Amino acid sequence: MAYEQNLVCFNTFGSEESWTLETYEKHDGYKAWRKILAGEMTPEQIIDEVKASGLRGRGGAGFPTGLKWSFMPKNYDGQMYLVVNSDESEPGTCHDREILRYNPHALVEGMAIAAYAMGATVAYNYIRGEFIDEPVPRFEHAVKEAYDAGLIGKNVQGSGIDIDIYTFVGAGAYICGEETALLESLEGKQGKPRFKPPFPANYGLYGKPTTINNTQSIASAPAILRNGAQWFADLGPEGSGGTAIFAVSGHVEKPGNYELPMGIPFKDLLELCGGVWKGRKLKAVIPGGSSCKVLPADVIMDCTMDYNALMEAGSSFGTGAVMVMDDTTCMVKVLRRISRFYMAESCGQCTPCREGTGWLYRMLTRIMEGRGEEADLEKLVSVANKIEGHTICALGDAAAWPVQSFLDHFYHEFEYMVRNNGRSIVEATADAAA
Amino acid sequence: MSATDLLSDHVKKAIDQWKTRFPEGRQRSAVISALHAVQHENHGYLTTELLDAVAEYLELPNIQVYEVATFYSMFSTKPVGRNDVAICTNVSCMLRGADSIVAHVEDKLGVQLGESTPDGRIYLKKEEECLAACCGAPMMMVNHKYHENLTVDEVDEILDGLE
Repeated sequence: MAYEQNLVCFNTFGSEESWTLETYEKHDGYKAWRKILAGEMTPEQIIDEVKASGLRGRGGAGFPTGLKWSFMPKNYDGQMYLVVNSDESEPGTCHDREILRYNPHALVEGMAIAAYAMGATVAYNYIRGEFIDEPVPRFEHAVKEAYDAGLIGKNVQGSGIDIDIYTFVGAGAYICGEETALLESLEGKQGKPRFKPPFPANYGLYGKPTTINNTQSIASAPAILRNGAQWFADLGPEGSGGTAIFAVSGHVEKPGNYELPMGIPFKDLLELCGGVWKGRKLKAVIPGGSSCKVLPADVIMDCTMDYNALMEAGSSFGTGAVMVMDDTTCMVKVLRRISRFYMAESCGQCTPCREGTGWLYRMLTRIMEGRGEEADLEKLVSVANKIEGHTICALGDAAAWPVQSFLDHFYHEFEYMVRNNGRSIVEATADAAA
Repeated sequence: MSATDLLSDHVKKAIDQWKTRFPEGRQRSAVISALHAVQHENHGYLTTELLDAVAEYLELPNIQVYEVATFYSMFSTKPVGRNDVAICTNVSCMLRGADSIVAHVEDKLGVQLGESTPDGRIYLKKEEECLAACCGAPMMMVNHKYHENLTVDEVDEILDGLE
């Protein structure tokens, strides 16, 4: 198996000072944007090209990017906005940080292209506050370089195109990765998701038409326009165009961010990461960040890593954050940690989520402390089902899916713990082997 | 005396610069950045007086600043130690030993997560959520700087180096 890596967002990786304008231009950076500035592509052509490429949102939902761009009103007489979501906080996900640190110009060029295609003249990049030390300065440096080189600004190179790019820095809140919560935060409020409709394309930032895209999605746009939609689409299987950055973490020998073609078999990805660490056996994988359903080893080993295959397997592609767990992992402990996260990050505006996530965490805690009852197992699923689909945003669903899937696939671990006063089946197995 | 006298010229300048990124009349968008700047100059935490000063400077009702200060995890409204230490304990880090790093640090410093050392040197932030450095697990953030692929020895070295 040989896979070409770093074809899209990571195309400058391996070069010295990969984040500079000079390096980016050596890798054909701003070629697509210059073509647009020269009047060789209309907004409609750009949107059609992105649609044909099969690019889907890499932030988790997988919505077709070109289609999203086409929702913006045409001939709107007023300010419209592009907002990039660099609030990377889905547990397991850490590739946007790499784009910001090592190839920020791909994002700047992508923002210019996307904004122009949608008729927006102002673009904000919402970067999570914890990225203040390295990713924020790198991105801001790239924006400054682009301004200084006359690539963005007012009436860029006499083209009549205006595009101003600004950084916004958050302050710690997972919920701000939800696009309408992000807009609230950008307006200086608490990050509480808005009811939809109206959708941001009609009523977004400051009530103006706005499109919010994930960092990796936008940073993919330049490569698509410079190499063509067909090139990008052909990198992956039907329904999953292009490459994706797989953030592989947990129990592998070589954790890391790997930019690879969509549809790579999981077993090849695992091999690229050096296999399961310490010569152990694979137990389970969460394929797309902690909000996705967990898959047991035998299921994921037969999967390819793309939208359709992972959906058919009963999970989802999510953010491409692949969390690998070996056979010493206690699934009750993992689920309890995941549930704590959603409890801590629930914004509190919907009762099922605010109350339910606390119930889930407390029940899992009492099971681990040896105070669980068999009825708790049914109750866990029942509470999860009552959260799912009953909240304004998807955080409620994201809190429910892990619980449902962990109990679905690893019920015996929970049952064992309840029946053995909080002792983990993993510990018991290890003791028996010793 | 105006409440804004509590803000240094440096902070006022930072807030003014942030305001230029947003449309006229949308200065509320600068609240988060203003609070970052103010907190940074006030030993890592915010007081009601400072929140009032930010509100007055941005010409906003006080409540609009309070609600931001209490919503986001990077803001503290209680005094904390000089150095901010946040150890990620989310799944990817947990799978690679974050629990033992936390136990070691709690033992070493004699404080629990969420507490500061009595000498005011270190604030061990309450259980930290994913900081997006999962492939470098276990990791911690010390005064905004990321430290990845941690071992107990490295943690000791980093913590011992804090003034």
